[in-house]
Amino acid sequence: MSVELTLASFAALTDSHLVDEPRSARFARFKATFDAPAALERLGASGYRFLARSDEAFPPLLRAIHDPPPGLFLRGHGNVELLRRPAIALVGARACSSYGRQVARRLGRELAGAGLVVVSGLARGVDGEAHRGALEAGGVTIAVLGCGIDRDYPAAHRSLAAEIAESGLIVSEYSPGIEPAPWRFPARNRIVAGLCAATLVVEARERSGALITCDLALEEGREVFAVPGEITSALSAGSNALLRLGATPCTGATDVLESFGLGPPEPVALELGPAATAVLERVRAAAATMDELVRATGLSAGELAAVVTELELAGVVEVEEGLVRAG
Amino acid sequence: MHLERGIPGFAIVGLADRACSEAKHRVRSGIMSALLEWPLDRRITVNLAPAGLRKEGSSFDLSIALAVLAASLQVPAERMAEHAAVGELALDGRIRPVRGAFAVAEGARSIGLERILCAPESAAEAELAGVEAIPVRHLGEAVSYLRGELRPEPVEPPDEADEPEPPDLADVRGQERARRALELAAAGGHNLLLAGPPGTGKTMLGRRLPGILPRLAPAEALEVTRIHSVAGLLVPERPLVSRPPFRAPHHSSSTAAIVGGGPGPRPGEASLAHRGVLLLDELPEFQRPTLEALRQPLEDGTIAIARAAGQALFPASFQLVATMNMCPCAGRGDPAAECSCSPQRLAAFRDKLSRALLDRFDLVVTVPRPRADELAAGPSEASQPVRARVVEARNRLRAQPPVRTEAASELLSRAVERLPLSARGRAKVARVACTAAALAGAQAVETEHVAEALAYRSPKELGT
Repeated sequence: MSVELTLASFAALTDSHLVDEPRSARFARFKATFDAPAALERLGASGYRFLARSDEAFPPLLRAIHDPPPGLFLRGHGNVELLRRPAIALVGARACSSYGRQVARRLGRELAGAGLVVVSGLARGVDGEAHRGALEAGGVTIAVLGCGIDRDYPAAHRSLAAEIAESGLIVSEYSPGIEPAPWRFPARNRIVAGLCAATLVVEARERSGALITCDLALEEGREVFAVPGEITSALSAGSNALLRLGATPCTGATDVLESFGLGPPEPVALELGPAATAVLERVRAAAATMDELVRATGLSAGELAAVVTELELAGVVEVEEGLVRAG
Repeated sequence: MHLERGIPGFAIVGLADRACSEAKHRVRSGIMSALLEWPLDRRITVNLAPAGLRKEGSSFDLSIALAVLAASLQVPAERMAEHAAVGELALDGRIRPVRGAFAVAEGARSIGLERILCAPESAAEAELAGVEAIPVRHLGEAVSYLRGELRPEPVEPPDEADEPEPPDLADVRGQERARRALELAAAGGHNLLLAGPPGTGKTMLGRRLPGILPRLAPAEALEVTRIHSVAGLLVPERPLVSRPPFRAPHHSSSTAAIVGGGPGPRPGEASLAHRGVLLLDELPEFQRPTLEALRQPLEDGTIAIARAAGQALFPASFQLVATMNMCPCAGRGDPAAECSCSPQRLAAFRDKLSRALLDRFDLVVTVPRPRADELAAGPSEASQPVRARVVEARNRLRAQPPVRTEAASELLSRAVERLPLSARGRAKVARVACTAAALAGAQAVETEHVAEALAYRSPKELGT
């Protein structure tokens, strides 16, 4: 274990990315003076754990990639065993559409609810929604950071990170104190893909970080799913390109769960009045604005508002930017 | 007013400002032009009492001129004492209307005067205060009247009928949800925020709120008229403001222009919208300090302004209607466009509107882009029937506001747990639900009213 911790600490000191021991004189000198037990104690005192590559608990899927990290720093109350559970990487654009946000949230909820671990990168947009969805379902989610384990990046997701740490794990290959840097995020993505048997892309532009995650997943022979997007939307250009190249289309949580050999999520039984049923049917057919629903159902604007709230509270529809969508 | 022998001179004392001190020259020229006699060999001192209060403006000209004439025995002093006077003098002796004639007339009545001399343009305005206005066009006319040689024609009472109608709701096609929110806002006096992509008719909707509000009660009308009189906004043909005022300041307006201010504080747009509607178009484009300054009037209906020269407390109990895009590039919420805002830019945009300000909107409605078939639809309901419903709902709310049933309270509590809803948000929903019940003519606030009110809470995409 001490070897890997030495390696990780040397990488932090020299601001470099290391997978194996370098044959440099500088590293030899560093190794000779590095006090691994003391460093480990300091980590423990700050509430972090270190899981070395050589440790038996190290996730086998991640060990199997061609450049596995020397070890993982861990934060949160989740057991190390979580890293070995069947997991799905749920990734996508940071600047996503409201549709992308809703789909990410819903898939995160349904996949975590069915027992999969949802792995993502704590970024804005799709990543954050995937984590939130998993938490909503009371499931387990793991966030992989592209900076030191002690940092919450982006800062706006600090409270989300705290929530994830309650039941799940936050992991990083970087020791405390390392600043986020653009080149570290692709490296982070290989861990996201590496931890999971499959990767699911919700929305991605061309040349987006989410596509890097998919490339890495494909290189390691893992399955890649993509949510089909509108062909006119630049936000879906990347994910649609993946589909053209042969990724499996994901039209619902069931598609992913099947490949894991899991059953479909339990449908929720609802008791709805005739008006609410009519609205739900119309919304399930296609997302609609409130005004369109008024005309489609013949309800008054006031009555419709009440019905939509009822459906929203039941968790079967969501309203965003004036559009009512089946949730 | 004092005339004495000595070196001829003319002094005005009593904290007069520049415009007020220049009255010397106007009064002198005016008296000479009216072929009256200027007391050449006298030293004249005019004291504007109380001496400690600042005086500003040209409205004292007529009083000063008449005082000089009375002191030099050219008009009977006892007749003078029965009249108040307000107006600015032109160099040729003509009398010009001034701002605040209504307030002056009210002041005159409060000290027991029953007649006021003023320019014909101000006469109708002054009569609203319950005094008899003597319209005089020229200083000579005022003197003849005081000498009892002339009786000026009384002013025609203004004709109410030709008042222009505010824009009508019939012009709005589709937009059922926003129309409903407008009706709720009118009935409950709620603040309304309309958010959505450009070109969806947010401003058009906002401008139609005054048309569905009830006319002002007589006491309210006088209150509003006083403010508009001080600001010089009254038109001679329609001196009494009987409809709720509507003000829509541009977003480049300064804080002082909106909440009031200046060295001798003047009422701002917020006070001019007292008992009416203040429309802030493109809310996030306003300067942040301006928006924050509106929080006080939104809370307690008044604006207190302190300046070195003095303090002022202006009434500012208005209904706020605001419009905004959902993001800086305005692409959000528009199916035909795509938002190209970076997360940082979006965050900065939302930060501009403090949560404290957003919390003061009881109703938040996202206005989607209407599709073509809506625009092709026939005209919708006009303002008149909507206003009738609003008046009825207001009467019900005043007589006996409906009370929440147990089931409705339970739904509200469940919603607070399930949705991100603050304590203030809960109170807003409760208020709107009460209005919805009153509009429906219901005895109590039922679950469906609470459910409807919940649909107008701040959506999460606005960051609250």
